[in-house]
Amino acid sequence: MGLELYLDLLSQPCRAVYIFAKKNGIPFELRTVELLKGQHVSKGFLPANSPQKVPVLKDGDFVLHQSVAILIYLSCKYQTADHWYPPDLQARARVHEYLGWHADFIRGTFGVCLWTKVLAPLIGVQVPEEKVKRNRAAVDRALQLLEDQFLGDKAFLTSQRVTLADLMALEELMQVVALGQDVFESRPRLAAWRGRVEAVLGADLCQETHSPILNILEQVANKQLPPPPPEAHQSMLLRISRIP
Amino acid sequence: MGLELYLDLLCQPCRAVYIFAKKIGVPFELRTVEVLKGQHNSDDFAQVNPLRKVPALKDGDFTLAESVAILLYLSRKYEAPDHWYPQDLEACARVDEYLAWQHTALRSSCSLVMWQKMMLPVFLGERVPPETLASTLAELDRCLQLLEDKFLKDDNFLTGPCISVADLVAITELMHPVSAGCHVFKTRPKLAAWRQRVEAAVGEDLFQEAHEVVMKAKDLPPVDTAMKDKLKPLVQVLL
Repeated sequence: MGLELYLDLLSQPCRAVYIFAKKNGIPFELRTVELLKGQHVSKGFLPANSPQKVPVLKDGDFVLHQSVAILIYLSCKYQTADHWYPPDLQARARVHEYLGWHADFIRGTFGVCLWTKVLAPLIGVQVPEEKVKRNRAAVDRALQLLEDQFLGDKAFLTSQRVTLADLMALEELMQVVALGQDVFESRPRLAAWRGRVEAVLGADLCQETHSPILNILEQVANKQLPPPPPEAHQSMLLRISRIP
Repeated sequence: MGLELYLDLLCQPCRAVYIFAKKIGVPFELRTVEVLKGQHNSDDFAQVNPLRKVPALKDGDFTLAESVAILLYLSRKYEAPDHWYPQDLEACARVDEYLAWQHTALRSSCSLVMWQKMMLPVFLGERVPPETLASTLAELDRCLQLLEDKFLKDDNFLTGPCISVADLVAITELMHPVSAGCHVFKTRPKLAAWRQRVEAAVGEDLFQEAHEVVMKAKDLPPVDTAMKDKLKPLVQVLL
Protein backbone atom coordinates (compact mmCIF):
# COMPACT_ATOMS: atom_id res chain seq x y z
CA MET A 1 0.00 0.00 0.00
CA GLY A 2 1.42 3.40 -1.00
CA LEU A 3 0.96 6.75 0.65
CA GLU A 4 -2.50 7.38 2.09
CA LEU A 5 -3.89 10.74 3.10
CA TYR A 6 -6.93 10.83 5.36
CA LEU A 7 -8.63 14.14 4.64
CA ASP A 8 -11.89 16.01 4.93
CA LEU A 9 -11.91 18.92 2.48
CA LEU A 10 -14.16 20.89 4.82
CA SER A 11 -11.10 21.23 7.06
CA GLN A 12 -8.60 23.98 6.35
CA PRO A 13 -5.43 22.05 7.17
CA CYS A 14 -6.69 19.09 5.10
CA ARG A 15 -7.09 21.33 2.09
CA ALA A 16 -3.56 22.67 2.49
CA VAL A 17 -2.22 19.09 2.48
CA TYR A 18 -4.43 18.06 -0.45
CA ILE A 19 -3.53 21.03 -2.59
CA PHE A 20 0.17 20.61 -1.89
CA ALA A 21 0.19 16.91 -2.68
CA LYS A 22 -1.80 17.38 -5.88
CA LYS A 23 0.17 20.39 -7.06
CA ASN A 24 3.42 18.48 -6.65
CA GLY A 25 2.16 15.33 -8.29
CA ILE A 26 2.68 13.28 -5.16
CA PRO A 27 1.09 9.87 -5.68
CA PHE A 28 -1.38 9.12 -2.90
CA GLU A 29 -4.62 7.34 -2.11
CA LEU A 30 -7.20 9.78 -0.87
CA ARG A 31 -9.13 8.42 2.10
CA THR A 32 -12.03 10.78 2.53
CA VAL A 33 -13.18 11.26 6.09
CA GLU A 34 -16.51 12.98 6.51
CA LEU A 35 -16.40 14.58 9.91
CA LEU A 36 -19.96 15.84 9.51
CA LYS A 37 -21.13 12.27 9.43
CA GLY A 38 -19.15 11.57 12.56
CA GLN A 39 -16.67 9.50 10.63
CA HIS A 40 -13.20 9.24 11.94
CA VAL A 41 -10.00 7.60 10.93
CA SER A 42 -9.77 3.96 11.90
CA LYS A 43 -9.35 3.57 15.64
CA GLY A 44 -6.01 1.90 15.18
CA PHE A 45 -4.41 5.20 14.33
CA LEU A 46 -5.53 7.33 17.17
CA PRO A 47 -5.62 7.06 20.94
CA ALA A 48 -9.17 7.16 22.26
CA ASN A 49 -9.35 10.81 23.26
CA SER A 50 -7.37 12.35 20.45
CA PRO A 51 -9.26 15.47 19.44
CA GLN A 52 -7.79 16.06 16.08
CA LYS A 53 -8.90 13.51 13.59
CA VAL A 54 -7.60 14.85 10.32
CA PRO A 55 -5.41 15.25 8.38
CA VAL A 56 -3.57 11.97 8.87
CA LEU A 57 -0.80 10.58 6.70
CA LYS A 58 -0.05 6.90 6.52
CA ASP A 59 3.08 5.84 4.66
CA GLY A 60 3.46 2.12 5.12
CA ASP A 61 3.68 1.70 8.90
CA PHE A 62 4.48 5.34 9.49
CA VAL A 63 1.49 7.37 10.71
CA LEU A 64 1.73 11.15 11.03
CA HIS A 65 -0.67 13.81 12.32
CA GLN A 66 -0.53 17.62 12.14
CA SER A 67 -0.75 19.36 8.79
CA VAL A 68 2.53 21.26 9.19
CA ALA A 69 4.42 18.05 9.97
CA ILE A 70 2.75 16.35 7.01
CA LEU A 71 3.56 19.20 4.61
CA ILE A 72 7.21 19.24 5.68
CA TYR A 73 7.42 15.44 5.43
CA LEU A 74 5.95 15.44 1.93
CA SER A 75 8.16 18.28 0.74
CA CYS A 76 11.28 16.48 1.96
CA LYS A 77 10.35 12.95 0.91
CA TYR A 78 9.18 13.92 -2.55
CA GLN A 79 11.83 16.62 -2.97
CA THR A 80 9.40 19.27 -4.08
CA ALA A 81 10.70 22.54 -5.56
CA ASP A 82 12.84 24.46 -3.07
CA HIS A 83 10.58 27.46 -2.76
CA TRP A 84 7.87 25.53 -0.89
CA TYR A 85 10.13 24.90 2.11
CA PRO A 86 13.34 26.80 1.35
CA PRO A 87 16.65 25.22 2.33
CA ASP A 88 18.21 28.63 3.10
CA LEU A 89 18.54 29.10 6.88
CA GLN A 90 16.84 32.46 7.13
CA ALA A 91 14.18 31.80 4.49
CA ARG A 92 13.19 28.58 6.25
CA ALA A 93 13.14 30.38 9.59
CA ARG A 94 10.65 32.87 8.14
CA VAL A 95 8.31 30.01 7.18
CA HIS A 96 8.47 28.60 10.71
CA GLU A 97 8.01 32.07 12.14
CA TYR A 98 4.82 32.51 10.14
CA LEU A 99 3.55 29.05 11.04
CA GLY A 100 4.15 29.75 14.75
CA TRP A 101 2.15 32.96 14.62
CA HIS A 102 -0.50 31.25 12.47
CA ALA A 103 -0.99 28.54 15.11
CA ASP A 104 -1.81 31.20 17.72
CA PHE A 105 -3.77 33.77 15.76
CA ILE A 106 -5.26 32.13 12.71
CA ARG A 107 -5.77 28.45 13.47
CA GLY A 108 -8.80 28.02 15.67
CA THR A 109 -9.97 31.60 15.19
CA PHE A 110 -10.73 31.21 11.51
CA GLY A 111 -12.42 27.87 12.05
CA VAL A 112 -15.07 29.21 14.41
CA CYS A 113 -17.42 30.34 11.64
CA LEU A 114 -18.05 26.77 10.47
CA TRP A 115 -19.08 25.94 14.00
CA THR A 116 -21.31 28.95 14.52
CA LYS A 117 -23.03 28.81 11.16
CA VAL A 118 -23.17 25.10 10.38
CA LEU A 119 -22.03 22.58 12.95
CA ALA A 120 -23.56 23.96 16.17
CA PRO A 121 -26.98 24.53 14.57
CA LEU A 122 -26.87 20.97 13.25
CA ILE A 123 -26.98 19.71 16.81
CA GLY A 124 -29.43 22.37 17.90
CA VAL A 125 -26.91 24.68 19.58
CA GLN A 126 -26.84 28.42 19.13
CA VAL A 127 -23.46 30.04 19.77
CA PRO A 128 -24.06 33.31 21.70
CA GLU A 129 -23.92 36.46 19.58
CA GLU A 130 -21.31 37.93 21.92
CA LYS A 131 -18.93 35.10 20.99
CA VAL A 132 -19.66 35.48 17.29
CA LYS A 133 -18.85 39.21 17.51
CA ARG A 134 -15.69 38.55 19.48
CA ASN A 135 -14.60 36.06 16.84
CA ARG A 136 -15.20 38.49 13.99
CA ALA A 137 -13.11 41.08 15.77
CA ALA A 138 -10.33 38.50 16.28
CA VAL A 139 -10.49 37.58 12.58
CA ASP A 140 -10.24 41.24 11.61
CA ARG A 141 -7.30 41.87 13.88
CA ALA A 142 -5.51 38.79 12.54
CA LEU A 143 -6.11 39.86 8.94
CA GLN A 144 -4.62 43.27 9.67
CA LEU A 145 -1.53 41.68 11.19
CA LEU A 146 -1.31 39.22 8.31
CA GLU A 147 -1.26 42.12 5.83
CA ASP A 148 0.97 44.48 7.76
CA GLN A 149 3.47 42.22 9.50
CA PHE A 150 3.78 39.31 7.12
CA LEU A 151 2.72 40.19 3.61
CA GLY A 152 3.75 43.86 3.58
CA ASP A 153 4.99 44.69 0.10
CA LYS A 154 6.11 41.20 -0.69
CA ALA A 155 4.54 38.90 -3.24
CA PHE A 156 3.98 36.16 -0.66
CA LEU A 157 3.86 35.90 3.10
CA THR A 158 7.47 35.05 3.83
CA SER A 159 9.30 35.90 0.60
CA GLN A 160 8.89 36.64 -3.06
CA ARG A 161 8.05 33.00 -3.77
CA VAL A 162 5.10 30.94 -2.55
CA THR A 163 5.76 28.63 0.42
CA LEU A 164 3.91 26.22 2.72
CA ALA A 165 3.00 29.28 4.78
CA ASP A 166 0.88 30.68 1.95
CA LEU A 167 -1.03 27.43 1.57
CA MET A 168 -1.87 27.21 5.25
CA ALA A 169 -3.00 30.86 5.27
CA LEU A 170 -5.02 30.65 2.07
CA GLU A 171 -7.09 27.72 3.30
CA GLU A 172 -7.92 29.45 6.57
CA LEU A 173 -9.01 32.59 4.75
CA MET A 174 -11.09 30.52 2.32
CA GLN A 175 -12.91 29.04 5.31
CA VAL A 176 -14.11 32.45 6.40
CA VAL A 177 -14.97 33.43 2.83
CA ALA A 178 -16.98 30.25 2.32
CA LEU A 179 -18.93 30.94 5.50
CA GLY A 180 -20.03 34.32 4.25
CA GLN A 181 -17.39 36.89 5.19
CA ASP A 182 -15.53 38.10 2.13
CA VAL A 183 -12.23 39.05 3.74
CA PHE A 184 -10.72 39.98 0.39
CA GLU A 185 -13.33 42.53 -0.59
CA SER A 186 -11.99 45.39 1.50
CA ARG A 187 -8.40 44.24 1.45
CA PRO A 188 -6.86 44.68 -2.01
CA ARG A 189 -3.37 43.65 -0.91
CA LEU A 190 -4.66 40.34 0.42
CA ALA A 191 -6.85 39.89 -2.64
CA ALA A 192 -3.81 40.36 -4.89
CA TRP A 193 -1.85 37.88 -2.78
CA ARG A 194 -4.66 35.35 -3.07
CA GLY A 195 -4.63 35.80 -6.82
CA ARG A 196 -0.93 35.09 -6.93
CA VAL A 197 -1.19 31.96 -4.78
CA GLU A 198 -4.05 30.62 -6.86
CA ALA A 199 -2.16 31.39 -10.06
CA VAL A 200 0.68 29.17 -8.82
CA LEU A 201 -1.71 26.39 -7.84
CA GLY A 202 -3.89 26.61 -10.93
CA ALA A 203 -7.57 27.42 -11.21
CA ASP A 204 -8.71 23.83 -11.68
CA LEU A 205 -6.95 22.55 -8.58
CA CYS A 206 -8.29 25.46 -6.52
CA GLN A 207 -11.80 24.87 -7.79
CA GLU A 208 -11.60 21.16 -6.99
CA THR A 209 -10.20 21.73 -3.51
CA HIS A 210 -12.43 24.62 -2.52
CA SER A 211 -15.77 23.53 -3.90
CA PRO A 212 -16.90 21.41 -0.90
CA ILE A 213 -16.44 24.29 1.55
CA LEU A 214 -17.74 26.87 -0.92
CA ASN A 215 -20.93 24.86 -1.25
CA ILE A 216 -21.52 24.39 2.45
CA LEU A 217 -23.93 27.27 3.04
CA GLU A 218 -26.04 26.19 0.08
CA GLN A 219 -26.21 22.70 1.53
CA VAL A 220 -27.33 24.16 4.84
CA ALA A 221 -30.02 26.22 3.13
CA ASN A 222 -31.27 23.20 1.22
CA LYS A 223 -31.15 21.10 4.36
CA GLN A 224 -28.84 18.67 2.63
CA LEU A 225 -26.61 18.12 5.64
CA PRO A 226 -27.48 15.09 7.72
CA PRO A 227 -27.47 15.64 11.48
CA PRO A 228 -24.28 14.25 13.03
CA PRO A 229 -24.72 10.93 14.83
CA PRO A 230 -25.28 11.06 18.63
CA GLU A 231 -21.84 9.65 19.41
CA ALA A 232 -20.27 12.72 17.78
CA HIS A 233 -22.23 15.15 19.96
CA GLN A 234 -20.00 15.09 23.02
CA SER A 235 -16.82 16.08 21.20
CA MET A 236 -18.76 18.66 19.20
CA LEU A 237 -20.18 20.21 22.37
CA LEU A 238 -16.71 20.31 23.87
CA ARG A 239 -15.36 22.10 20.84
CA ILE A 240 -18.25 24.58 20.89
CA SER A 241 -17.67 25.30 24.59
CA ARG A 242 -14.10 26.27 23.78
CA ILE A 243 -15.12 29.12 21.52
CA PRO A 244 -13.92 32.17 23.44
CA MET B 1 27.12 42.86 17.91
CA GLY B 2 26.69 39.10 18.17
CA LEU B 3 23.53 37.09 18.58
CA GLU B 4 20.99 38.57 20.97
CA LEU B 5 18.10 36.69 22.55
CA TYR B 6 15.25 38.74 23.93
CA LEU B 7 13.64 36.63 26.61
CA ASP B 8 11.43 36.77 29.66
CA LEU B 9 12.09 33.61 31.62
CA LEU B 10 8.62 33.89 33.10
CA CYS B 11 7.37 32.65 29.69
CA GLN B 12 7.54 29.00 28.74
CA PRO B 13 8.77 29.38 25.16
CA CYS B 14 11.54 31.71 26.36
CA ARG B 15 12.76 29.07 28.79
CA ALA B 16 12.92 26.46 26.04
CA VAL B 17 15.01 28.81 23.89
CA TYR B 18 17.27 29.73 26.84
CA ILE B 19 17.91 26.14 27.85
CA PHE B 20 18.60 25.07 24.28
CA ALA B 21 20.92 27.98 23.49
CA LYS B 22 22.89 27.38 26.68
CA LYS B 23 22.96 23.63 26.25
CA ILE B 24 24.36 23.67 22.73
CA GLY B 25 26.78 26.46 23.58
CA VAL B 26 25.36 29.29 21.47
CA PRO B 27 27.28 32.47 22.24
CA PHE B 28 24.59 35.06 22.90
CA GLU B 29 23.73 38.24 24.77
CA LEU B 30 20.68 37.82 26.94
CA ARG B 31 18.32 40.77 26.69
CA THR B 32 15.73 40.44 29.42
CA VAL B 33 12.29 41.78 28.53
CA GLU B 34 9.92 41.83 31.48
CA VAL B 35 6.43 41.34 30.12
CA LEU B 36 4.73 42.02 33.44
CA LYS B 37 6.36 45.44 33.46
CA GLY B 38 5.16 46.07 29.93
CA GLN B 39 8.69 46.16 28.52
CA HIS B 40 7.62 44.22 25.44
CA ASN B 41 5.58 47.26 24.41
CA SER B 42 8.58 49.57 24.13
CA ASP B 43 9.49 51.12 20.78
CA ASP B 44 13.00 49.71 21.08
CA PHE B 45 11.72 46.21 21.38
CA ALA B 46 9.32 46.74 18.47
CA GLN B 47 12.41 47.21 16.30
CA VAL B 48 13.36 43.65 17.16
CA ASN B 49 9.88 42.19 16.98
CA PRO B 50 7.08 44.41 15.62
CA LEU B 51 4.61 41.89 17.02
CA ARG B 52 5.99 42.77 20.47
CA LYS B 53 6.27 39.24 21.74
CA VAL B 54 8.99 37.20 23.34
CA PRO B 55 11.06 35.23 22.58
CA ALA B 56 12.79 37.17 19.82
CA LEU B 57 16.20 36.78 18.24
CA LYS B 58 18.48 39.33 16.64
CA ASP B 59 21.40 38.03 14.61
CA GLY B 60 23.06 41.01 12.97
CA ASP B 61 20.33 42.49 10.82
CA PHE B 62 18.24 39.37 10.94
CA THR B 63 15.42 39.40 13.48
CA LEU B 64 13.21 36.41 14.19
CA ALA B 65 10.19 35.71 16.39
CA GLU B 66 8.37 32.52 17.43
CA SER B 67 10.06 29.97 19.67
CA VAL B 68 9.90 27.03 17.26
CA ALA B 69 11.42 29.10 14.46
CA ILE B 70 14.15 30.29 16.84
CA LEU B 71 14.92 26.80 18.16
CA LEU B 72 15.24 25.36 14.66
CA TYR B 73 17.34 28.32 13.48
CA LEU B 74 19.75 27.91 16.38
CA SER B 75 19.87 24.16 15.95
CA ARG B 76 20.90 24.45 12.35
CA LYS B 77 23.15 27.51 12.53
CA TYR B 78 25.12 26.22 15.51
CA GLU B 79 25.11 22.63 14.28
CA ALA B 80 23.47 21.12 17.32
CA PRO B 81 23.88 17.35 17.72
CA ASP B 82 21.46 15.60 15.39
CA HIS B 83 19.13 14.23 18.06
CA TRP B 84 17.85 17.71 18.90
CA TYR B 85 16.21 18.05 15.47
CA PRO B 86 17.06 14.94 13.45
CA GLN B 87 17.93 14.82 9.77
CA ASP B 88 16.14 11.49 9.38
CA LEU B 89 12.83 12.06 7.60
CA GLU B 90 10.59 10.16 10.01
CA ALA B 91 12.41 11.16 13.19
CA CYS B 92 12.19 14.82 12.14
CA ALA B 93 8.52 14.43 11.32
CA ARG B 94 7.89 13.18 14.85
CA VAL B 95 9.44 16.32 16.29
CA ASP B 96 7.50 18.53 13.85
CA GLU B 97 4.33 16.69 14.82
CA TYR B 98 4.89 17.38 18.52
CA LEU B 99 5.86 21.01 17.96
CA ALA B 100 2.68 21.56 15.93
CA TRP B 101 0.38 19.75 18.36
CA GLN B 102 1.63 21.48 21.49
CA HIS B 103 0.98 24.89 20.03
CA THR B 104 -2.74 24.44 19.95
CA ALA B 105 -3.10 22.07 22.86
CA LEU B 106 -0.70 21.90 25.77
CA ARG B 107 0.55 25.49 25.52
CA SER B 108 -2.79 27.20 26.15
CA SER B 109 -3.78 24.74 28.87
CA CYS B 110 -0.55 25.29 30.80
CA SER B 111 -0.78 29.08 30.47
CA LEU B 112 -4.38 29.16 31.58
CA VAL B 113 -3.72 27.00 34.66
CA MET B 114 -0.82 29.20 35.73
CA TRP B 115 -2.77 32.40 35.25
CA GLN B 116 -6.06 31.24 36.68
CA LYS B 117 -4.58 29.40 39.66
CA MET B 118 -1.98 31.89 40.60
CA MET B 119 -1.22 34.98 38.58
CA LEU B 120 -4.74 36.37 38.39
CA PRO B 121 -5.62 36.00 42.08
CA VAL B 122 -2.18 36.81 43.50
CA PHE B 123 -0.76 39.30 41.06
CA LEU B 124 -3.84 41.03 39.73
CA GLY B 125 -6.25 40.48 42.60
CA GLU B 126 -8.82 39.04 40.19
CA ARG B 127 -11.24 36.43 41.40
CA VAL B 128 -11.37 33.29 39.27
CA PRO B 129 -14.64 31.37 39.49
CA PRO B 130 -14.00 27.83 40.79
CA GLU B 131 -15.89 26.30 37.83
CA THR B 132 -13.59 28.10 35.41
CA LEU B 133 -10.48 26.80 37.12
CA ALA B 134 -11.96 23.31 37.36
CA SER B 135 -12.68 23.25 33.65
CA THR B 136 -9.16 24.49 32.84
CA LEU B 137 -7.62 21.80 35.07
CA ALA B 138 -9.74 19.15 33.35
CA GLU B 139 -8.49 20.32 29.98
CA LEU B 140 -4.90 20.19 31.20
CA ASP B 141 -5.52 16.67 32.37
CA ARG B 142 -6.79 15.66 28.94
CA CYS B 143 -3.69 17.14 27.30
CA LEU B 144 -1.41 15.35 29.74
CA GLN B 145 -3.11 12.06 29.00
CA LEU B 146 -2.52 12.61 25.29
CA LEU B 147 1.07 13.57 25.99
CA GLU B 148 1.58 10.25 27.74
CA ASP B 149 -0.45 8.07 25.38
CA LYS B 150 0.33 9.51 22.01
CA PHE B 151 3.78 11.01 22.36
CA LEU B 152 5.72 9.52 25.24
CA LYS B 153 4.22 6.03 25.11
CA ASP B 154 7.01 3.66 26.23
CA ASP B 155 9.88 5.74 24.89
CA ASN B 156 12.47 7.57 26.94
CA PHE B 157 11.62 10.87 25.32
CA LEU B 158 8.66 12.34 23.49
CA THR B 159 9.72 11.50 19.99
CA GLY B 160 11.89 8.46 20.57
CA PRO B 161 14.94 7.19 22.44
CA CYS B 162 16.78 10.54 22.45
CA ILE B 163 15.98 14.00 23.74
CA SER B 164 14.93 16.58 21.13
CA VAL B 165 13.67 20.17 21.07
CA ALA B 166 10.19 18.68 21.56
CA ASP B 167 11.12 17.63 25.09
CA LEU B 168 12.45 21.10 25.93
CA VAL B 169 9.29 22.74 24.67
CA ALA B 170 7.17 20.27 26.66
CA ILE B 171 9.07 20.39 29.94
CA THR B 172 9.11 24.18 30.06
CA GLU B 173 5.35 24.17 29.40
CA LEU B 174 4.71 21.73 32.23
CA MET B 175 6.76 23.73 34.69
CA HIS B 176 4.23 26.52 34.26
CA PRO B 177 1.40 24.82 36.16
CA VAL B 178 4.00 23.39 38.56
CA SER B 179 5.09 26.92 39.46
CA ALA B 180 1.46 27.68 40.30
CA GLY B 181 1.27 24.77 42.69
CA CYS B 182 -0.35 22.33 40.29
CA HIS B 183 1.75 19.22 40.73
CA VAL B 184 1.26 17.55 37.40
CA PHE B 185 4.09 15.10 37.93
CA LYS B 186 2.99 13.80 41.32
CA THR B 187 0.02 11.92 39.94
CA ARG B 188 1.72 10.79 36.77
CA PRO B 189 4.75 8.55 37.43
CA LYS B 190 5.44 8.03 33.71
CA LEU B 191 5.70 11.78 33.12
CA ALA B 192 7.70 12.20 36.33
CA ALA B 193 10.25 9.66 35.09
CA TRP B 194 10.44 11.45 31.75
CA ARG B 195 10.98 14.74 33.55
CA GLN B 196 13.93 13.27 35.44
CA ARG B 197 15.47 12.08 32.20
CA VAL B 198 15.02 15.48 30.57
CA GLU B 199 16.50 17.29 33.55
CA ALA B 200 19.44 14.89 33.59
CA ALA B 201 20.02 15.37 29.86
CA VAL B 202 19.82 19.16 30.14
CA GLY B 203 21.78 19.35 33.39
CA GLU B 204 20.24 20.13 36.79
CA ASP B 205 22.00 23.49 37.15
CA LEU B 206 20.84 24.81 33.79
CA PHE B 207 17.33 23.54 34.42
CA GLN B 208 17.12 25.26 37.83
CA GLU B 209 18.62 28.46 36.43
CA ALA B 210 16.08 28.63 33.61
CA HIS B 211 13.19 28.09 36.03
CA GLU B 212 14.28 30.40 38.82
CA VAL B 213 12.08 33.30 37.70
CA VAL B 214 8.89 31.32 37.18
CA MET B 215 9.29 29.35 40.41
CA LYS B 216 9.42 32.67 42.27
CA ALA B 217 6.36 34.04 40.47
CA LYS B 218 4.12 33.20 43.42
CA ASP B 219 6.13 35.67 45.50
CA LEU B 220 5.56 38.56 43.12
CA PRO B 221 4.03 41.60 44.80
CA PRO B 222 0.55 42.57 43.65
CA VAL B 223 0.67 44.91 40.71
CA ASP B 224 -0.24 48.61 40.95
CA THR B 225 -3.47 50.02 39.53
CA ALA B 226 -1.85 51.58 36.46
CA MET B 227 -0.34 48.27 35.39
CA LYS B 228 -3.55 46.49 36.30
CA ASP B 229 -5.44 48.64 33.80
CA LYS B 230 -2.88 47.94 31.12
CA LEU B 231 -3.17 44.21 31.71
CA LYS B 232 -7.01 44.24 31.71
CA PRO B 233 -7.40 42.99 28.10
CA LEU B 234 -5.10 40.12 28.96
CA VAL B 235 -7.27 39.27 31.96
CA GLN B 236 -10.35 39.02 29.78
CA VAL B 237 -8.63 36.54 27.51
CA LEU B 238 -7.39 34.48 30.43
CA LEU B 239 -10.80 34.10 32.03
